[in-house]
Amino acid sequence: MGHPLLRRRLLLSLPLAAATAGGLGFYILLERARQGTYNPQTFSNPLVGHRVPDFRLVGIDGKHGFGSSQLIASKKPILLNFFASWCVPCAGEAPYLDVISKSGVDIWGIAYQDKAKALAFYLAKYGDPYTRLATDPTGRTAINFGVYGVPESFLIAPGGIVRWHIAGPLVPPIINEQLRPELQKIA
Amino acid sequence: MIPTLGHFALALAFAIAVAQAVIGLFGPKFRDATVMRAAPALAIGQFVSLVISFAALVWAGVVSDFTVRNVAQFSSSTTPLLYRITGTWGNHDGSMLLWCLILSLCSAVVAGFGRTIPTSLRARVLGVLGLVSAGFLLFTVTVSNPFQRIWPPPMQGAGVNPILQDPGLAVHPPILYAGYVGFSIAFAFAVAALIEGRVDAAWGRWVRPWTIVSWAFLTAGITFGSLWSYYTLGWGGFWFWDPVENVALLPWLTGTALIHSAIVVEKREALKTWSVLLAIATFSLSLSGTFLVRSGLLNSVHSFAVSPNQGLFILVLLGLTVGGSLLLFVIRAPTLGASGVFAPVSREGALIVNNIFLCMIAAVVFTGTMYPPFVDLLLGVQLSVGAPFYDQAALPLTAPLIVAMAIGPMLPWKRAALGPALVKLWYSGVIALVILAVFMFRGHVVAALGLAGALWVIFGALADLSERIQLFRIPITRSIRRFFSMPRASLGAACGHLGFGITVLGIAGMTLQIHTITVLRPGQGVTLGGYRWTLERIYNAPGPDYAARVALIDVTRHGKHVMTMRPERRFFLAQHVTTEHAAIRTNGLWNMFATFANEDTSGGAEFRFNVHPLAPEIWLGGLVMALGGGLSLSDRRFRIGVPARRSLRKPQHTVEA
Repeated sequence: MGHPLLRRRLLLSLPLAAATAGGLGFYILLERARQGTYNPQTFSNPLVGHRVPDFRLVGIDGKHGFGSSQLIASKKPILLNFFASWCVPCAGEAPYLDVISKSGVDIWGIAYQDKAKALAFYLAKYGDPYTRLATDPTGRTAINFGVYGVPESFLIAPGGIVRWHIAGPLVPPIINEQLRPELQKIA
Repeated sequence: MIPTLGHFALALAFAIAVAQAVIGLFGPKFRDATVMRAAPALAIGQFVSLVISFAALVWAGVVSDFTVRNVAQFSSSTTPLLYRITGTWGNHDGSMLLWCLILSLCSAVVAGFGRTIPTSLRARVLGVLGLVSAGFLLFTVTVSNPFQRIWPPPMQGAGVNPILQDPGLAVHPPILYAGYVGFSIAFAFAVAALIEGRVDAAWGRWVRPWTIVSWAFLTAGITFGSLWSYYTLGWGGFWFWDPVENVALLPWLTGTALIHSAIVVEKREALKTWSVLLAIATFSLSLSGTFLVRSGLLNSVHSFAVSPNQGLFILVLLGLTVGGSLLLFVIRAPTLGASGVFAPVSREGALIVNNIFLCMIAAVVFTGTMYPPFVDLLLGVQLSVGAPFYDQAALPLTAPLIVAMAIGPMLPWKRAALGPALVKLWYSGVIALVILAVFMFRGHVVAALGLAGALWVIFGALADLSERIQLFRIPITRSIRRFFSMPRASLGAACGHLGFGITVLGIAGMTLQIHTITVLRPGQGVTLGGYRWTLERIYNAPGPDYAARVALIDVTRHGKHVMTMRPERRFFLAQHVTTEHAAIRTNGLWNMFATFANEDTSGGAEFRFNVHPLAPEIWLGGLVMALGGGLSLSDRRFRIGVPARRSLRKPQHTVEA
């Protein structure tokens, strides 16, 4: 058994080494998925833990909207909800938003790339859970927030720090398992 | 009663698989022919029990037996019969059973048709297959049981997912699975050869037909999948580099490499260790790809819920299968006979070029697919790898492959000269260069390269054929006679290459596609690609379990009626889901593609119109490739030209294990 054979052995054990490393990696991912710290389907947002970006938006038909200064000045936690009247999952989450607002949480809405008429029709049809409402017709604020698509919601603590984020509709499992614990942490 | 019988048959199949594994793997040690002959019988027994089990599940679906959870969740009595049948494998648990059924079919096929293989090798191959079967049957019986019952049964089932209610998708999973699972035979041969410590020309000849069968199925499966996403997803894409697609492409790439390297093993007794590794890698990739995607760890548009408990079981199974075979490879492969030397310009040289580039493409696709989860794991950064990465990294690697593809078959074995091969290909080269120049001049660089490459391969394959039948050099009748008497394997190879060229042609043509998105009211129209697309009216049409809105679009060219297209939007009542049903018309050279995207309350409707040049060729090429595989298999050398191992028992190539 000379050196060439040893070298051959080492070379031929590379696939096993690679497969072992890969297997181990997937084992760790599975463990983390089981503990709920890894989910490839979620989108993390770099804003979590940071202050909201600067913005200033108007409401529907020239009514008062809101901006980052109001968010920062608020004494209560705020659920900031990006939505649109043309978005089907937004209509799907509307009843749950209603439940959240009735439980005493302020929801501020930003209508993303929407038209006033369609928006009024939407709010009349699916209900208006929003304490304050602003419109983002150009979508620039949404870009600054790093929004992937609508609906997307940010939980903002007093002082304007983003504490939690969800890309996708707020449905009961997410509300109960993620949003409520985060709200309790702030309170 | 019948589902219980199915459940019992499933458990029985597991018991038989265990027996098959034990007898197959340890039987040859006793050198007792009776013991070894038990393995094929058990393999057939396992297959029969799984057929019974699968039939029971299908029966439960057909009669809508909602006490079976699988049927209650994924079927309903209003679902059309076809989808009640196909719905049984359109979900995780049912598809596992189908997977096991096909795996046992592989065992049964080796048992039934492998009479020419030495008894001890056949027993070991069946033993390996039995072991793999036993693992996955255990998984099916314990954590993924499709026969799980619920009581009280619901009045009505939840119905088949609307997007899966499509005849194309009904046949897609069985074909794709046959491809994936079929590689288990090559895998079993590789492991058995490692156990025996011997790989020779005869091994190459036995492995190749099995690999070709599964390769042909996988090719057809990928083709159907791509066609399905083209016409259902409604935006005319045919390949998205989604993890689900990539994990099908990976074994296809390494499997294609294996088909070619096995030829070198057979003809030149070289690349033995490499071919064994490819056989192991191909099946390992089929396995891990399918299950990692299903475990939900890879993010895919085909979303699968993350199910960690099932995932862990599968990971352990994968570890045993992949890790075990690679460990055996580490122990045994270094002692396999080293390959001989050969000239770089030769048939085997071209086949090595093929192997190198196919494996490099596979490495790129593998990296792109596995990168996001591992970056998340190591660096905690979330990112996704999209089409631009694959297009930039993988497509340039196909260029050398395409160049070598036409030249390779022209080269003789051992030592060759490039000159005579290129002379035979002169007109392919001229055609390719003319097309390249024409499209470059028009500013379509990517399309120019793609089309030129495609024509080079297509005419290269035709040149290979005409060379073999000596077209125009001998009287045409003798050429025709030569055509019918030429080895089917050569015909199949040329057909495979031809198909690949046709697919490349289609993909290149698709880069020239044009489209428009427009809102129309009845009577209004838009011009695209020299056609006038006019919306006539929108009407209601009822379906079996959905209600449809159909748009009637009249297409004219220079004022003359060409065709009427009817894109639909279907509302599935049970699931509250809307699907778009595109209208596609083809003339074989280009597709007209219309989707009805949306409808607003004021009577306007949103449409997407596309003209896709050469699009049909993408799938035509895939089918021609699969057909090439089929033609190869009908080669009589595979069937009756029994490779006699005795005559090949040369001392320098056998290593006593």
